[in-house]
Amino acid sequence: MEEQELPYVLIATIGGIDGVYEDHVEFLKKHFNLITMKQFHEHKSHLSEKIKAIYMWWNKPVANQELLSSLPNLKVIATGGAGVDHLDLKLISSFGVKVANTPIAVSNATADMGMALMLASARRIVEGCQIAVSPNTEYFAADWLGDEVTGATLGIIGMGRIGYKVAQRAKAFEMKILYHNRSQRKEEEEQAVGAIYCKNIDDLLLQSDFVMLCVNLTPQTEKLIGKKELEMMKPTATLINISRGLVVDQDALVEALQNGVIKAAALDVTYPEPLPRNHPLLTLKNIIITPHVGGSTTKSCRLVMENMVESILAALNGLPIPNEVNPPK
Amino acid sequence: MKEFLENKKRLNEKIKSVFIHECKPVIDRELLQSLPHLKVIANSGVGVDHLDLKLIASFGIKVTNTPHAVSDSTADIGMALMLASARRLVEGCQISVSPQTEHFAADWLGDEVTGATLGIIGMGSIGYKVAKRAKAFEMKILYHNRNQRKEEEEKAVGACYCEKMEDLLQQSDFVMLVVNLTPQTFRFIGKRELELMKPSATLINISRGAVVDQDALVEALQNGTIKAAALDVTYPEPLPRDHSLLKLKNIIITPHIGTATVQATRKMTEEAVANILAVLNGLTIPSEVIPIRCFREHTYALAYLL
Repeated sequence: MEEQELPYVLIATIGGIDGVYEDHVEFLKKHFNLITMKQFHEHKSHLSEKIKAIYMWWNKPVANQELLSSLPNLKVIATGGAGVDHLDLKLISSFGVKVANTPIAVSNATADMGMALMLASARRIVEGCQIAVSPNTEYFAADWLGDEVTGATLGIIGMGRIGYKVAQRAKAFEMKILYHNRSQRKEEEEQAVGAIYCKNIDDLLLQSDFVMLCVNLTPQTEKLIGKKELEMMKPTATLINISRGLVVDQDALVEALQNGVIKAAALDVTYPEPLPRNHPLLTLKNIIITPHVGGSTTKSCRLVMENMVESILAALNGLPIPNEVNPPK
Repeated sequence: MKEFLENKKRLNEKIKSVFIHECKPVIDRELLQSLPHLKVIANSGVGVDHLDLKLIASFGIKVTNTPHAVSDSTADIGMALMLASARRLVEGCQISVSPQTEHFAADWLGDEVTGATLGIIGMGSIGYKVAKRAKAFEMKILYHNRNQRKEEEEKAVGACYCEKMEDLLQQSDFVMLVVNLTPQTFRFIGKRELELMKPSATLINISRGAVVDQDALVEALQNGTIKAAALDVTYPEPLPRDHSLLKLKNIIITPHIGTATVQATRKMTEEAVANILAVLNGLTIPSEVIPIRCFREHTYALAYLL
């Protein structure tokens, strides 16, 4: 009996700065025939009909009109991470191709990152490390203080999976938790983390010491935090963004930080990534920026990979796809 | 101190208490002898390893500290250091702003804190608060302490007692030191203890620098015996600018900021004042420090710190 060929799955590349991880390849090759973009271009006529899935790692390969048109038997695109703002869902759907992401796999690591940024910002960890190692340091100043996280008020904007996990962690720091969401959570869920719903985002902004953005990027959340919202925040407050750069009006943020409209910001995400090297955000003293590493742990990335494999296999076998992303209406 | 030294004759009999902030003024025999009516030395902060408790007791003076004021902010710093270290936060910030950065590497990963094993050495008020916070990150919590905590207390944070410190060291992904500095804890994390730790583990110190054998730590970090360290405390503070610890890539050091918040410093002052007033009014003292029995060992430990 003829052995069934493993399904052909398109990837960008293996290894290097943005390729599929070397130590994931063994697992992937158990299930798939991996075809890199380079191989695809070199053998297009032979491969284009065989490729049934795209394994999109770190948003590559890009699923544009040209690529989609050249893959007549493409069934599914699996993308790593929670966000799908990098995908033209309408376009992909028009080709009859399904999409799956991995919202659950990254949720713990991302919630951890939100807490890490809040603590690092409040306690001036990055600055402190610089002082500890600076050649000019002769003694530690006694009047060098940060802000207390325990007992402060945290306003979570976006109480989905990640936002809720942030609330669970913040509760252990005895924080007062406010949240704003498209819809209110169930009462038991609110009580479990001691979170208070702010139907009006203004109420949250006015009262919070820390404002954490945990929404996904959609047309409704683009530039959700602009000049008006920043002015509503306390001048002693800190903005933390672990969602997408575009959720914040960056120019307004620069101004707000320069003028002391808010105290500080801690961003894991910006637009673009990385920022141009002459961007004003990079020169401010009251900001910390991390290079979009919210989901970047060995454990979570492995789980992302496994979830993507599961989704692709389900799609190719005509089964319900875990974490399927519904096409826009 | 300036005013006192300028008007010693007039002031020396009036002074009934000394308020110590950031280890000053230094309490020595000369000062104690010049204050005949001194009743209490109130320390701002919980550590009293900088005080010669035997000497002070010999003058019949009480010593107080502020354990309640410091516990939240110090527990927060422990968590902050663990998260910053695991997620390579300081390194990440450097990459974000570096003029050389053209793109963010996809294969740049840190370690997950959620679900990892945290070993807390020293389960006093600060250690317990660390456990409460770590539980919310679904961490598996092991602890080592002079005495086991009550069962309800253990259950409330899901902490497992390790009577032998070795058991904790061998199983933990993160080892956090939350003891006070005493003759028993002086350099109690040395070469042997570091070798018992996993090579993938991180050591976090929010207690006192002298609890760790620093030379052994340098070696362990250089040779990959442990993965990384995050220290809020060293000896001395600051470290000499040519110290080996400052050159290592797998360490983050903060300038002893465990209690450095506006709120904590205010609380410390309030707690110290409450202690002073209690002593002077002959009431129950909220946080008296009882001098330990083995004075000889105590002064031996102090000599190493000088």
